[in-house]
Amino acid sequence: MITENSDVILSVNNLTATVENTPILKGMNLEIKAGEIHAIMGPNGSGKSTFSKVLAGHPDYAVTGGAVSYLGQDLLALEPQDRARSGLFLAFQYPLEIPGVSNLDFLRVSYNSKRKHEALEELDAFDFDDLVHEKLGVVQMDAAFLSRSVNEGFSGGEKKRNEILQMAILEPKLAILDETDSGLDIDALKIVAGGVNQLSNAQNATLLITHYQRLLDYIIPDYVHVMANGRIIRTGGKDLALELEARGYDWVLEAEAV
Amino acid sequence: MSTSVQTLVNQPYKYGFITDIESDSIPAGLSEDVIRVISAKKNEPEFMLEFRLKAYRQWLKLVEPNWAEVGYPAIDYQKIVYYSAPKVSEKKKSLDEVDPTLLETFEKLGISLSEQKRLSNVAVDAIFDSVSVATTFKEKLAKDGVIFCSFSEALQEHPELIKKYLGTVVPVADNYFAALNSAVFSDGSFVFIPKGVKCPMELSTYFRINNGESGQFERTLIVAEEGASVSYLEGCTAPMYDSNQLHAAVVELVALDNAEIKYSTVQNWYAGDAEGKGGIYNFVTKRGLCQGVNSKISWTQVETGSAITWKYPSCVLVGDNSVGEFYSVALTNNRQQADTGTKMVHVGRNTRSTIISKGISAGHSENSYRGLVKIGPKAAGARNYSQCDSMLIGNQAGANTFPYIQVQNSSAKVEHEASTSKIGEDQLFYFTQRGISMEDAIAMMISGFCRDVFNQLPMEFAVEADKLLALKLEGSVG
Repeated sequence: MITENSDVILSVNNLTATVENTPILKGMNLEIKAGEIHAIMGPNGSGKSTFSKVLAGHPDYAVTGGAVSYLGQDLLALEPQDRARSGLFLAFQYPLEIPGVSNLDFLRVSYNSKRKHEALEELDAFDFDDLVHEKLGVVQMDAAFLSRSVNEGFSGGEKKRNEILQMAILEPKLAILDETDSGLDIDALKIVAGGVNQLSNAQNATLLITHYQRLLDYIIPDYVHVMANGRIIRTGGKDLALELEARGYDWVLEAEAV
Repeated sequence: MSTSVQTLVNQPYKYGFITDIESDSIPAGLSEDVIRVISAKKNEPEFMLEFRLKAYRQWLKLVEPNWAEVGYPAIDYQKIVYYSAPKVSEKKKSLDEVDPTLLETFEKLGISLSEQKRLSNVAVDAIFDSVSVATTFKEKLAKDGVIFCSFSEALQEHPELIKKYLGTVVPVADNYFAALNSAVFSDGSFVFIPKGVKCPMELSTYFRINNGESGQFERTLIVAEEGASVSYLEGCTAPMYDSNQLHAAVVELVALDNAEIKYSTVQNWYAGDAEGKGGIYNFVTKRGLCQGVNSKISWTQVETGSAITWKYPSCVLVGDNSVGEFYSVALTNNRQQADTGTKMVHVGRNTRSTIISKGISAGHSENSYRGLVKIGPKAAGARNYSQCDSMLIGNQAGANTFPYIQVQNSSAKVEHEASTSKIGEDQLFYFTQRGISMEDAIAMMISGFCRDVFNQLPMEFAVEADKLLALKLEGSVG
């Protein structure tokens, strides 16, 4: 869904970042436009997950250089909750369990904090309930999950579906999916991928972070980037993912002499 | 942009004002003469003076306990004022006659005593320093035979009931602070629910310490006769002083056959400032006696205030099939210290008890649960379930659990579960990534953590308790 003149959602320029003083990101460059789906692949330890957390503003990561523009504003100057309220969504690799807080309450407070940010009226419990029930279908989730504590006792697949449900409700401008396919059996993978596809449109963008090509069988990316040693070393189309699947990462690493 | 959980900053204490009112105080210090003066000022019957003197003589022989996980400089008992009352010649018959300054004070605290604004289904006894200034709905309650009045009034009007029950649950020499209270207590509430009566409304006492040098020693006695039931709530606040004030109360509950007493506390005494200067020493003895068969006593407490809290609301389960419950949330922040819990003493057959304790420690505070479950030799079929959960916020706070279990009957069943959790940075990040501020995130997690206890509070107060905890932790992350 690439259109030449569509709006730039995210522009990352020579970004460097450290965790506990160890450099992880060493000059990331990436531009994502509305309507696009990007995939970042790469071996373990290449910095893929760090990149997603830095974009979301995780407090453990320190940005040491570069710039990130998101919808025309300086992303790095925003607090994590303000990034989220402006439509940046991170689907966690390991969604956290929050005992004692019901899934429904969590979703409602989250949704309303975004409404408030957009100067819209908050939805009351009844209207919100209708909205949630409408969205449950996107990930084929049972309403019983709503009354349970956030992710508590959920299976791996249920946690990931819960992430996509949150995404369906929040309707982000930029959705970053960190290893969303890990730990999913094929049926769950299809449901999750189906959800992501339903939510993708010409106004928003998706960034997939993944180890494996199999997710890309269900969500077709416009661009595939290979990340190694803290930066993107090669960019291609969908075919690049297939090539990586067949040949592994070594040939790219060698070719780029990383 | 470090968003790590750091030291805690408390929301300013909004009940810290001082009411400027002339008071009738006696000089500081304690002696038999002082006790005689207190008793004379209150025009007490002879048996009451004897009770006080007996307690005082016992107190002199007792030693201040030091086993709790709390530390404080030695208290000079000769520097405390043992009687302080707003200067009013006598207890007013109607609220219109009560000093408007006092009504205003309670109004400011959110406790409306005026006819129009008061909570429709809650009767209130308002206690200012040492004396009760007003009790609402008295006449209405009297129609059902319910007695709800200040302790002083009860001594004048129902001395036979006081004589029959006072000190039967907490004997004068029970412990150091109970003995002190028995010697010098000034006022408190008295509740009597006659046989077969279900009290038609919530009863509530609101305690306010105003005087900077005075101690507050109130005495509460609640008696539910056969088949009677009552739900009672107490609330407490105090002004902010740099000095520490002693609050040593005694609460006695008596439940006869098939009677039920539910006692809830929302304690928000001044806790001292962030460095631990000032605040109330809350050293309280609360005990309920399930004397009759099938009787039930349930304690619910939300402890958020006081520099030091030392209290163990307990149940003595004498009647067969009687039930004791203890639901507690204790929150400590900054330099607060709390050593609180319960004692469930099973004497009768098939007695049951439940303990649900939730401790939350933030800042540099120390929060300990201390509980005893004792199953006596005759308590065949007794059961206890205890659950003690601690939650830590930040890395400077401490939580301890001291469960004592003594079982002398082999048919008894005792279960104890405990957990400690920490509000983790990753959990907070998860909330913020969903657009929820850290304050809201903590409030939601705390509220979820405390739900089992809050569900036990009367409706009007459950919401209050939730807000209170959120307020206490506001600004607790940076």
